[in-house]
Order: sequence, then C-alpha cells, then structure tokens
Amino acid sequence: MREPATPAPRDILDLAGLRLVPRRYYGRWIAAALILLIMGYIVKAFAEGQIEWTIVGQFMTAPAILAGLVNTVIMTACAMALGITLGVVFAVMVMSPNPVLKTVATFYIWLFRGTPLLLQLLIWFNLALVFPKMGIPGVFEARTVDIMTPFFATLLGLGMNQGAYTAEVVRAGILSVDVGQTEAAKSIGMTRLTTLRRIVLPQAMRFIIPPVGNEFIAMVKITSVASVIQFSEILRNAQTIYYANARVIELLLVAAAWYLMVVTVLQIGQFFLERHYAKGSGHSRPKAQQPEA
Amino acid sequence: MNNTLAIQNAAQSEVKPLVRVRRVSKYFGDFRALNEVSLDIPAGSVTCIVGPSGSGKSTLLRCLNQLEKINAGAIAIDGELLGFRLQGDALHELTDAEIARQRLNTGMVFQRFNLFGHLTALENIIEGPVTVLRQPRKQAIEIGEALLARVGLSAKRNSYPIELSGGQQQRVAIARALAMKPKLMLFDEPTSALDPELVGEVLTVMRELAGSGMTMIVVTHEMGFAREVGNEVIFMDHGEIIERGLPRAVLDNPTNARARDFVNAVIK
Ligand SMILES: Nc1ncnc2c1ncn2[C@@H]1O[C@H](COP(=O)(O)OP(=O)(O)OP(=O)(O)O)[C@@H](O)[C@H]1O
Ligand SMILES: [Mg+2]
Repeated sequence: MREPATPAPRDILDLAGLRLVPRRYYGRWIAAALILLIMGYIVKAFAEGQIEWTIVGQFMTAPAILAGLVNTVIMTACAMALGITLGVVFAVMVMSPNPVLKTVATFYIWLFRGTPLLLQLLIWFNLALVFPKMGIPGVFEARTVDIMTPFFATLLGLGMNQGAYTAEVVRAGILSVDVGQTEAAKSIGMTRLTTLRRIVLPQAMRFIIPPVGNEFIAMVKITSVASVIQFSEILRNAQTIYYANARVIELLLVAAAWYLMVVTVLQIGQFFLERHYAKGSGHSRPKAQQPEA
Repeated sequence: MNNTLAIQNAAQSEVKPLVRVRRVSKYFGDFRALNEVSLDIPAGSVTCIVGPSGSGKSTLLRCLNQLEKINAGAIAIDGELLGFRLQGDALHELTDAEIARQRLNTGMVFQRFNLFGHLTALENIIEGPVTVLRQPRKQAIEIGEALLARVGLSAKRNSYPIELSGGQQQRVAIARALAMKPKLMLFDEPTSALDPELVGEVLTVMRELAGSGMTMIVVTHEMGFAREVGNEVIFMDHGEIIERGLPRAVLDNPTNARARDFVNAVIK
C-alpha cells in the first residue's frame, strides 16, 4: 500500500502518538488566588495592629495559662467520659422493653436537654442551699459545700448534660444497625445485653463516632462556661491575667491558640478511631486477601 | 394422605420426635399468622415446608427459635418445653437468659444471611462458641477452621462479609450456626436471595449436612431439593398445614386444590 498524498481523516479511536493535555482547573486557581489575597490582608492587619506579639509568645507558656490548659483538658476528658457512659446507659434504657427503665431514661433526657447548661451548672454549684449535707446517714456524711467544689460541680453539670445528648446519638446509632444482626445474634444464643455489646454497638460505632467527635470538640470550648462557677480553665485564667496587665487581645490570642491545638489533636484521634470502626463496612479499603489453606 | 400418615406414625413410634408442635397459634394484632398448627419432627429427618407467600412458613420457624412468642399452644424441642418452666401446676415464663440457652438447641439460617458485618468469616463462626459457650479461643478457631473447610471456604477465613458473594456468605452463615452444635437446623429460604448460579453451592452444603444425620426444617421453593433430600414435605397455606407427606405424594399428587394450584404454578 502507498501513503496517500493528502492525510486520510484520522480514525477517532486511533490515539497512538497523540499528546495528552490534562484538564485545567481555572476555577481552583482563581479561588486559591483570591483566598491568598484575603489571608494576606488579614495577616497584615494583625501584624500592624495594636498587638504585642512578644507578649503573646511570652504568655503561651505562663504557669497560669498552662494550669488552665491542663484543667480544660482534664475536664473535657472527664466530662465526655461521664457523658458517653451515661449516654450509652440511657440509650439502652430508653430502648429497653422494661417500662420502668424506659420512663426513667426518657425523663432524664427530657430534663437535661430542656434546661440551659449554665443554669444546670449554677444549680450543681449551689446544691448546698438545698441539701446542706450529703451521704448515707450514720455511715458517711459530709457538708455539700466541701463536695461541690468548682471541679466536681462542673464535671456533673457538663457530664450529665452531655449524657442526655449522647443518649440520642447512641440511640440513633443502634437504630441504624439492621434488625437481622440482632436476630442472628439471638439465634446463636446471645442474651439481649451480649448482643448489644458484641454485635450491635460495635457496628453502631461507625454512626456514633462522627457526632460524638463533634461534641467532644464542642466540649473543649464549652468548659469555658464553667468559669462562672469559678472553675479555673484556660479562658478564665487568661481573663484573670488581663484584668491585671490589660493585654486583652494578646491573652485572648494565647487562649485561642491553645484551643486550636487541643482540637487539632482531637481531630487526629477521631480520624484513627473512625478508621478502626470502618472494618467490614466497605468504607475502608479491603485488606489484601491472604491465601491460606 | 391417611396412608402416608399411617406410615409416618409407624416410623415415629420407633424414633422419638425431636420437635413437637401442639396446636400453636400466632397473632400479629388481629391477624392470625398461625392457626393451631401441630407437627412432629423425627430426629435425623429433613422436613421441607412449602407454600405461598404469607402462609406463615417463616413465622413457624421463628416460633421454633423463639424469635416470635406464640399466643397459644405449646412447642417442645428435645423434650424441653419452649418459653416456660413447669412447676407443680404453674407455668413460669422463662427469663431472657433462659430463652437464650434454649435457643442453643436450634441453629437458624436466614434468607438474607445476616452475617455480622464487623467480623471476618472466621470471627463470625467463633463468636458464639467464644462469647456464649465460653470455649477457649484457640479451640474455637480450630473448630471454626474445620467448619470453613467443610463449607469449602478455607481461603476466605479473613474476609469480611461485604467481600464475599451471596453464596459464600450463606455458607459461612451455615458454618456459624453449626459451630454452636445445634440439635436442629432451621433454614428460612436459604437460597432465595441468591443469583441462580450460586444456589447450587449452598444446596450442596445442605445436602451434605442432611447426609450427616442433622435434623433439618427447610422453608424452600427449591422443589428439586425437597424431592431429593426431603423425608417429608409440608404444605402451608393461611397459617395452616393443609397437606403433608412424602415429597412425591405432596409435590406430584397433592390432594388439596390450593396445594395443587401452588405446585403447578411453581413448577411451571
Ligand atoms: N412482625 C409482623 N407483624 C405483622 N404481621 C406480620 C409480621 N410478621 C409476619 N406477619 C404476617 O404474617 C403472615 C405470615 O408471614 P410469614 O413471614 O410467616 O410468611 P411466609 O410464609 O414466610 O411468606 P414468604 O414466602 O413471603 O416469606 C404474613 O401475612 C405477614 O404479613
Ligand atoms: Mg418467609
């Protein structure tokens, strides 16, 4: 065959020898340029504003700030531990066939979701006005003011309020697991509680973790509300310092930086937790098949 | 029908029935799903239940496994009354834990497999032996691996259910039930959620199981299986057993008109 003088029209499927030009994302470039511009402007404003950056640096590691940070982290962990425990217990109670348990749990959720957190904190802190003494008469008794320290009142206030919300999250998670799983568990002789612990809750975790992670992060910041009952968390300690030295913005930035750092660590933790509970859900990459005899 | 029943009765006087169902009724609200069903199942037999949709086949199996509570009548499995304890002249309702223990006598295979999604094939099988029977994990794994080999899935021991085909999932589900060493296996349409080419592998496992002497009650539309493996076929309609007997008798020459219509419809 001879090459024809004029090139024949190319077959549309004959791609050999063609140059590949990747798709261009103009929108992304424009958006990125705009954002950089705005960011630059904000950074410039802060750099030129009335902010003593050396003071910000100085107070990042001030003992009172670090003590506040430790209190915030400990309170977040304890309040969430209490909240999640109560949440699981009350979710199971709400879904229980036992009418007594169901009523108690419904009442709890109604009560704690229905009143402001600030009000609950104030009530716990001032509990001594109602019950001057606590304990089992004759065995153990103590003055309520000694027990209801700012720490303990904050823990109860935040934890019990959290429990009411987490109960609903856990209930939604349990409902998202197919009833076939429960029936299969029963058919191999599991009791109701074993089924819940071994089969239903592990599969509900996938649906529970993202909202609880959300609430965990919210809790880091909500601890600051407890400053009204004299719990010395980071924001309260920052305020105490700026009442004395009048470096208001500097200390607020110090607190903001610490909050961001704590939240970043939590987000990383959530990522790994989610990956763990994605097992067998099809949202994790299936592991390579192990050929075994 | 009288004829086959006579043969049956003769056979049953030798083999003590493993399952005895007496005038069992089950209501969902006002709707009667089972109407005074009575049934004896000899140990080691394969009983196939056929019948139109909504006739109460699943309900009967679920009552045998106490996934549903019966409203009237009584069921005994291996000489043990289900759901109640006889004390003097009183019937005491069993607790959740006691019912769970009674369920150990029966294994159940579901239409939709219901494998535990967060566990691998092997973990699905050993979950019951380890958490319910408190077997040592090592021993449970050995038994589990043997069961996986028995259903031809040794290579899939570490696969999650989502990574298995329907036929493979159902075979793991059968192995999971067998790991509890049940006296009775209940199958509720084990192949009707499967693509046609996967039905055979599950029926093969069930055939082998029947050959090993396991007592089985199988709700199925697989007439070939019923004919070949079944010792008896039961035809249900509107919550009642309207015909029962040898597979050939029930499937080829049903005396009841409704049964005849159904069999003709399924086979054609
Ligand atoms: N939980 C329930 N609540 C109300 N009605 C129910 C319930 N379970 C079953 N029924 C009804 O009881 C009847 C018998 O149902 P069952 O599932 O036993 O039928 P089946 O013979 O297994 O049918 P299929 O071949 O479609 O599986 C049906 O009419 C069904 O609608
Ligand atoms: Mg059914």
